Amino acid sequence: MAPLDDPVMADFMAGLEPLNALADGTPGFVWRLTGDGEPDATGLRPFGPDIMVNMSVWTTVEALRGYVYRTAHLDSVRRRHEWFTHDGLDPYLVLWWIPAGTIPTLADAWERLDLLRRNGPGPDAFTLRQPYPAPV
Amino acid sequence: MTAPDDLQPGLEVLGVLADPVRRAAYRVVVAGDGAPVGREEVAAALGVGRTLAAFHLDKLVDAGLLDVSFARRSGRSGPGAGRPAKLYRRAVTEHAVSVPPRAYRFAAGLLAEAVERAGADAVLYDVAREHGRSAGAHGDLVEALEAQGYEPVREGDRIRLRNCPFHRLAEDFPPVVCGMNLALLQGLLEGTGWRAAIEPVADDCCVVISKTNDG
Repeated sequence: MAPLDDPVMADFMAGLEPLNALADGTPGFVWRLTGDGEPDATGLRPFGPDIMVNMSVWTTVEALRGYVYRTAHLDSVRRRHEWFTHDGLDPYLVLWWIPAGTIPTLADAWERLDLLRRNGPGPDAFTLRQPYPAPV
Repeated sequence: MTAPDDLQPGLEVLGVLADPVRRAAYRVVVAGDGAPVGREEVAAALGVGRTLAAFHLDKLVDAGLLDVSFARRSGRSGPGAGRPAKLYRRAVTEHAVSVPPRAYRFAAGLLAEAVERAGADAVLYDVAREHGRSAGAHGDLVEALEAQGYEPVREGDRIRLRNCPFHRLAEDFPPVVCGMNLALLQGLLEGTGWRAAIEPVADDCCVVISKTNDG
């Protein structure tokens, strides 16, 4: 990816604040990862200098899916390759269920991503295309 | 993913549309802006009695082609004005029959997943834009969009697209397929004074068309 202040990143950077605000106000949204004292997670590089992360908690898969794909956010997802590559990161997105009232860590996320990579979608690590219901 | 299977379920549903009056009733319901339609409107459009219209509409409901809702209709007076009317709208379920068996949707899913995994979205968008350009909306724009299956509804300086021709595939691969759809429409609209943009609303297509400032 290019440095965040590179002109090619301008539209991505401009979308951050309104799209995060939209997420924060969406029914079903619980929490999202931010850097210390930062409004978003763009400053975090926990997995290497070239790997940006985001992580959020939602009450249902439908709520997350509705935000990601049925709002203005869809246009940013559509344009993701103008800003990022996922080279060497397959898969790069994972979903899993957590007990209400808890917040996941980035180490959890890496573990679930690895689980998805090794086993494909399952109840403990899945994707938006192949979701699994919450454990009862 | 669906492989080709028995013809019977699809044929039973689509066979219900073989009757010309019933097919006309179906067309009346799915036309217009997508708002639910009552039996009176269908009867009037078809020039048949309300009972016959209701008979055909209920056959379409039984087959799963239409959904029913009940609502009080505004602007009514006289006896029965306060009673909720039975209203019909198109069901979202898709039906397809192919002879000989073909599984293009399955193939489309594989291709979309490959494009996604390869990060080749931009190539797909280029291809879609070129095809849109050659389909070109040179005559009537609304007619051109209708020909592509979009079910356009003109709303002032905007055109809402009530149908996504790629619906199921778009549900599975939203960025890839909605991006392809956008590029296709951008190609189609070139030089028309209209522009396409991603703007997901309710059950419509994720693209909305509006007048360009210079158009």
